[in-house]
Amino acid sequence: MLSENLWFHNIYCFLYTGDTAISGCSNATGLLPESLNWMPYYIAGFSMVLVLINIFMAFGALYTYAERRLIGRFQSRVGPNRAGPFGILQPVADGIKLLTKESMIPDQADKPVYNLAPIIMLIPVILVVAVLPVGEGTFMTDLNIALLFAISITALTTIAIFMAGFSTGNRFAMLGAMRAVAQLISYEVPVVLSTVGIILLTGSLSLVDVVEAQAIPFILVQPLAFLIFIIGGSAEMNRTPFDTVEAESELIAGYHIEYGGMKFAMFQLAEYASVLINSAVITTLFLSGWEGPFSFIPSPIWFLLKMFFMAFCFIWIRATLPRLRMDQVMSFAWKFLLPLSLINIFVTAIEVLIFGVNGTFTQGDLWIISGINIIVSIIGIVIFSKILEIDSGFNTQFKVTV
Amino acid sequence: MENYFHQYGLLAMFVIVATAVPIGMLVVSYLASKVSIRPHKPNQTKSTIYECGVEPIGPNKWVQFDFKYYMYALLFVIFDIETIFLFPWAIQFGKLGMFALVEMFIFVMILLVGLIYAWKVKALEWGK
Repeated sequence: MLSENLWFHNIYCFLYTGDTAISGCSNATGLLPESLNWMPYYIAGFSMVLVLINIFMAFGALYTYAERRLIGRFQSRVGPNRAGPFGILQPVADGIKLLTKESMIPDQADKPVYNLAPIIMLIPVILVVAVLPVGEGTFMTDLNIALLFAISITALTTIAIFMAGFSTGNRFAMLGAMRAVAQLISYEVPVVLSTVGIILLTGSLSLVDVVEAQAIPFILVQPLAFLIFIIGGSAEMNRTPFDTVEAESELIAGYHIEYGGMKFAMFQLAEYASVLINSAVITTLFLSGWEGPFSFIPSPIWFLLKMFFMAFCFIWIRATLPRLRMDQVMSFAWKFLLPLSLINIFVTAIEVLIFGVNGTFTQGDLWIISGINIIVSIIGIVIFSKILEIDSGFNTQFKVTV
Repeated sequence: MENYFHQYGLLAMFVIVATAVPIGMLVVSYLASKVSIRPHKPNQTKSTIYECGVEPIGPNKWVQFDFKYYMYALLFVIFDIETIFLFPWAIQFGKLGMFALVEMFIFVMILLVGLIYAWKVKALEWGK
């Protein structure tokens, strides 16, 4: 729980004056009068909120550096290496540069919406941190609807992107925003459906319960869901295989053409930080969160290692794959990911019915389920990629006529 | 109940701080223009919209877009409602058993007929 945290505990005991047996403080001579004894929890919690958000924003800024540097390596370039040792101060330099740039608002822009869009873009990204279980007993809140909260709050980005594209009055921005809404809502459905398999296995929406239910990592038990989640996740973050929303060569930059200076920085920060958030959610749902093979390494370190590995995988995907066409992006969501996610749900439900005893599974049962699911996912992927190939007319399109 | 307030109290604090961070960034940016760290010299040319360097023509606010977008919106509404029903079903599935599985299978099949119909009438095709 949060109250086991040392920092939280020290601040709490410094302020608390009540019964020592309840609070766990050794000597109850706090700063506040006894009538205000409900306050120490919230004051200590507030300081933890500030610390957590600051750490997260710093990670987000460092991630932009890591991404540029690694993309440079993938493309046989050096990447940014001038500001500070190995260019590690590049995010600071970028921030200062963007702060000193003039912000130009177009005449015909809808100014309140124009200014509100970057704010709404950044809020959900920060809010998801509230429900992430970072380590064993190290989390801010353990909501019983944490998974639903994370999914629904990140869906707000769709609105922010549409506000940004719509309010500037730029045609390219508007086209980008229309594409963004179509793409994001299309990928929302398979991503959310892929998590249903996990809820079936755990019987709870709390992310702490999800991690504790993982006797073996759910990447093995739910391989199809993992694949759908990682593909849909990179589509929802508008990253390269699916970055038709901000395709530079077609739409200049999509929804944020008319943004400059600090507002542009906020869009970029939200976009890069959402990669970290998505990696953290994938770590929690599929890679057994804070649990690791060696117990001498503390649990938050395991969580961060897995999270950074997933973030690296997203950079890897970005560096490897070319951009898809818009029609390919859309048909991939509706004709491939959606049927596969429904198959995954019903196969998992039947397995829960056969193996589950009051909704709990032994480790042996989970290994059997994982074996079945891996076979099912390979068969499903082969069949539906064949259907997609026939449907798109790929075979007939390039037939050479003599 | 106290635990409930503790959880959602912290979440409310998170909402407040998460809202304050981006607003603070905008305020810092605004103050930077007041102490002339950031220039602010608007003119007619600068405040037109950017269209690849040529002057924008016609009424700028609106673009024409494909009717297909509505199709995807309709499909999204249908399947999003399906997910809303799937979440509580999945949580209680361990207790409900076989009956719930058959019920949900019928429900999803009815919606899948809609998807297959949309597929057949080429509502899911983009460029055709």
